[in-house]
Amino acid sequence: MLSDKDRIYLNLHGQDDWKLAGARRRGDWDNTKDILALGRETVIKTVIDSGLRGRGGAGFSTGLKWSFMPKNEGPLPHYLVINGDESEPGTCKDREVMRHEPHKIVEGALLASFAIGAHTAYIYIRGEYYNEANRLQVAIDEAYEAGLIGKNACGSGWDFDFYIHRGAGAYICGEETAQLESLEGKKGQPRLKPPFPAGKGLYGCPTTINNVESISVTPTILRRGSAWFAGIGRPNNTGPKLMAISGHVNTPCVFEEALGLPIKDVIEKHGGGVRGGWDNLLAVIPGGTSMPMLNKETCESTLFDFDGLRDAGSGLGTACMVVMDKSTDIIRAVTLLSKFYKHESCGQCTPCREGSIWVLKVMQRMTEGRAEIEEIDMLMDVTKNIENTTICAMGMSVAWPVQALIRNFRPVMEQRIMDYKKSRGGASQIQVPGDAAIGSF
Amino acid sequence: MSEKSMNIQPAEFTFDQESEQQIEKILAKYPAARKASAVISLLYVVQNQMNRETKSAWVPKVAMSVVAKRLEISPVRVFEVATFYTMFNLEPIGQYHLQVCGTTPCWLRGSDDIVTACKNATGIKEFGQTSDDGMFTLSEVECLGACANAPILQVDHDYYEDMTAESTTKLIDLLRQGNKPAHGSMIDRFNSAPIGKKFSQNTEAKDVK
Repeated sequence: MLSDKDRIYLNLHGQDDWKLAGARRRGDWDNTKDILALGRETVIKTVIDSGLRGRGGAGFSTGLKWSFMPKNEGPLPHYLVINGDESEPGTCKDREVMRHEPHKIVEGALLASFAIGAHTAYIYIRGEYYNEANRLQVAIDEAYEAGLIGKNACGSGWDFDFYIHRGAGAYICGEETAQLESLEGKKGQPRLKPPFPAGKGLYGCPTTINNVESISVTPTILRRGSAWFAGIGRPNNTGPKLMAISGHVNTPCVFEEALGLPIKDVIEKHGGGVRGGWDNLLAVIPGGTSMPMLNKETCESTLFDFDGLRDAGSGLGTACMVVMDKSTDIIRAVTLLSKFYKHESCGQCTPCREGSIWVLKVMQRMTEGRAEIEEIDMLMDVTKNIENTTICAMGMSVAWPVQALIRNFRPVMEQRIMDYKKSRGGASQIQVPGDAAIGSF
Repeated sequence: MSEKSMNIQPAEFTFDQESEQQIEKILAKYPAARKASAVISLLYVVQNQMNRETKSAWVPKVAMSVVAKRLEISPVRVFEVATFYTMFNLEPIGQYHLQVCGTTPCWLRGSDDIVTACKNATGIKEFGQTSDDGMFTLSEVECLGACANAPILQVDHDYYEDMTAESTTKLIDLLRQGNKPAHGSMIDRFNSAPIGKKFSQNTEAKDVK
């Protein structure tokens, strides 16, 4: 369990002043110049040694990512892009940082930019976070005013400009290369990799893209040292992490907790327990809804961190879990996710564009039970052909929730089909019209 | 674009002074040769100006060409962006844009009730429609990223959180009177902290097994 002295986000819920004066009182912007004076190599090494893994979902080492940037500035400028397009269903942690701890982002942006040799950083904020973007803008203006960023930031000799770029409602722009396309003023359609952004990113220049949380924890890591951060959690899964619980718990909330606790403990401690008691639990989607769901038994034996969830056949993702109790129509819950991913497919790759529509159509029939048992296998087969056949990871997001549903709740799906047949008088085959329209949910 | 919207498309669009000031600030963010980066921001400027002028936040077709000209890109690039991103309204909308999230985390907490309450209170039958008095447009949106405060009803730019059918009806009544309440949680709750606490303090929970 994370003790209060190890918490990074002291104003997570906005109980204190979010502006510069309050941030300074909590320790932000304290001797930032001295940190910059450590030099680029030391800053990167400290972040690597801390074991910080990217907080946006993929969990790649943040420091290592920084080290991929060219060591010396060539003719092309370097850029830092901060990913604040938090759109994965269930995820609502970066929003709290933007509106209650905005100075952690500004300071982190300066330090990260320095580490990767960038004089300019953009933060891409999803369009719906209008009020959050306004808050961050106030913090940026304060920082410019106080000489913390801008020319000769913090008196360090490093020039640094920081700008907000707002999105306009497209989930796919959370994918790093789609985000770059969007920043360049185009439709947000992911790019093929390679070239990787560290070689050719924004405007064809070397670029690093980091999640809001990854950026905003780095000032504290650099102040308190890599050993402190690495001492929390377990090896390869270090540090405190922002998490959230939504769905059928008594007290849904956003919170900061150490990685590596049992899932059950996290739900009981922060979520106030499952509505109706632990035995009323049906399933948990661990971190953003594209991660495969876990059933109750798995939740009892799994640790809530990167490796724990990987071993359980799922993933930590953003560590924002969705809890479902036994009153949930689990098939409909997944159908709504299929609807989400169908709506948000950018349309570039055929397996995802066409596949997500097909999956939704079948899932809508599965919700009613208007299907054949064999179609469950067909659904599994089709999703297997969607994942890993697309440019970005969205193909997996279409496939994984449905696959996890079949893996964990196949008997429920079969029962629904048999009930439907029974209600229509018998167990004979039901004719399914091939052109069944996508109904409105 | 529907036939209806062809009839209401204005013949011309010019940025007003307020918009011009915003554009100047926006263009300063990007390298001069990369002005195209500002296309989303300029479409917002258009939508906000339309809201000021007509009380309906939307982007007319002619304005897209004006944006293209200003950014020295081809108009199709702007059309592409305006139609790709969901936050641009390509037809006039009501004075208040009611946007209900129906994705799984909100649905689990009762977003179906919020939709019904919105329909009952405004007389709107289907998503995408505008009420007869022109006050409200109802849309279904995908995850708004505030799931710990689900269900969410977004009115224009503002999130109203922890909604119930009752609080939805009350909110819409207040909006109708031109009386927009402060946004945030609509129950006795401090932002995204657990109900009844000011923050999720770890030491408080030591009795949990």
